[in-house]
Amino acid sequence: MSLQSTKQYETVIGLEVHVELATKTKIFCGCSTAFGGAPNTHTCPVCTGMPGTLPVLNKQVVNYALAVGLATNCEITQYCKFDRKNYFYPDNPQNYQISQLYLPICRNGHVEIETSEGKRTVGIHEIHMEEDAGKLIHDEWEDCSLVDYNRSGVPLIEIVSEPDMRSAEEVIAYLEKLRMTIQYLGASDCKLNEGSMRADVNLSVREVGAAEFGTRTEMKNLNSFKSITHAIENERERQIDLLESGQQVIQETRRWDDNKEYSYAMRSKEDAQDYRYFPDPDLVPVYISDEWISGTKNSLPEFREEKMARYKKEFDIPEYDIGIITDTKHMADLFEETVAICHEPKKVSNWLMGETLRLLKEKSMDAEDIRFSPANLAKLIALVDSKAINSSVAKEVFEVMFEKDIDPQQYVEEKGLKTVNDEGALRKTITDVINANPQSVEDYRNGKEKAIGFLVGQTMKAMKGKADPGMVNRILKELL
Amino acid sequence: MANVISDETIEYVGILAKLALSDEEREQAKKDMGKMLDYIDKLGELDTTGIEPMSHVFPVQNVFREDVVTNGDLCEQTLRNAPGEKDNMFIVPMTV
Repeated sequence: MSLQSTKQYETVIGLEVHVELATKTKIFCGCSTAFGGAPNTHTCPVCTGMPGTLPVLNKQVVNYALAVGLATNCEITQYCKFDRKNYFYPDNPQNYQISQLYLPICRNGHVEIETSEGKRTVGIHEIHMEEDAGKLIHDEWEDCSLVDYNRSGVPLIEIVSEPDMRSAEEVIAYLEKLRMTIQYLGASDCKLNEGSMRADVNLSVREVGAAEFGTRTEMKNLNSFKSITHAIENERERQIDLLESGQQVIQETRRWDDNKEYSYAMRSKEDAQDYRYFPDPDLVPVYISDEWISGTKNSLPEFREEKMARYKKEFDIPEYDIGIITDTKHMADLFEETVAICHEPKKVSNWLMGETLRLLKEKSMDAEDIRFSPANLAKLIALVDSKAINSSVAKEVFEVMFEKDIDPQQYVEEKGLKTVNDEGALRKTITDVINANPQSVEDYRNGKEKAIGFLVGQTMKAMKGKADPGMVNRILKELL
Repeated sequence: MANVISDETIEYVGILAKLALSDEEREQAKKDMGKMLDYIDKLGELDTTGIEPMSHVFPVQNVFREDVVTNGDLCEQTLRNAPGEKDNMFIVPMTV
């Protein structure tokens, strides 16, 4: 890092976020959008750009884009249309991408973000609908590229922010806000690492107090919050170094290399592309009526902030737990549905915060991948409440339930895991344990309180874990 | 012909369209494009005050599909048009 003068710089950041919508089919044809199909098995003449084919818009794409726009306080362009963005690249079989330039579906929105310095508002310039491109695989060995068009025509929305962010922290808070909002809407799963949410960062620096923006660069290939943070810090330094050494920032697109932790120029403005946009004559305009808008508005879900406030009032659980439970809609739904059955918010929260999070982390899964049903979790809680099973057996059963969504009641019966409440049998086992471990008994009698733990353990072992530890303790103390 | 297309313009348009033109073709293209622009100028003479710009020639809107999968695996049909294929994918010159 070079020496920098005492000038104070401000970073100005705007984001272009692409989000893959959760539709079953592509934007203009009836091909599946399922992830992971064999190459080119989800293709047809429309999404491979065959001459003479006719694209027909998937209504669900408009529904999702409209919902995201309303959730981010946008004005809706009631009369909107599609345009062709022309460029040659093998991942784009039509030689144009169908997008929206002149009349994007949403404009002039904003979201509120929470940072360590308080609340901030980030403006949304526009949201438009467009189609994704195919995937190129480079075959270094054969010196050629291979193209898979399964992703070609998968619907995207591009959310273009105003240059309202000033730090990596604000950028991450903004992305989290978008992710949360869109996931709650069910419009996308927004996974950065799988590419269903992608962020391009436009960044410039200027001296604090300057009225004009500096020259900006655009950074691509950022697929984790960590790489976004590093890229922002790195690019800020690079631009300040250039200015400090009397050079200029060149407006260009840069590609971030996550392994090397630096970016390099992809193309400069001199050969910037001329997309020659024009209205797509194959697609008719979209008119979004007042009824359509109000219908979508009325069906917007309860978002996280509202949910958190309600939980605080309705349930006696810590604020920290509320934050984690409402982090994904799936987890929040699971919580509410289970509580509706068993009316034990604290216990449901404990299972989610403890074992569920532990297993999700251990198996690198997301909350959306949880398979067990609210009914089964409620049954498990009831089994523990009625002392039919003890807490360590409950954890074992939970693990099986987490894997296979088994009915815990049935499972406990079948495997004979019920706590033995037959005091006579338990007394007999404990007597045997006491007789077999005279040393521990003596230690305990000599005041080594801890020795009882060993005897409890031995009893639980003899009972194959199916005893109530409270009862074991009581009987042990009595017999000693 | 009122509009004269410069050599730089025809060169640029050629690059955008990925066309390599011979000298003869280039001169012809310059003439054709000049004529096209003349025609646009002619249209420009029309008084269009108060007329809404239209984005489609038919008075039709909201033609939608429902979000239902209707296509099966058309891989073979898709690849029939490939100049070359490998592992079910199109082979193209190395593009980075």
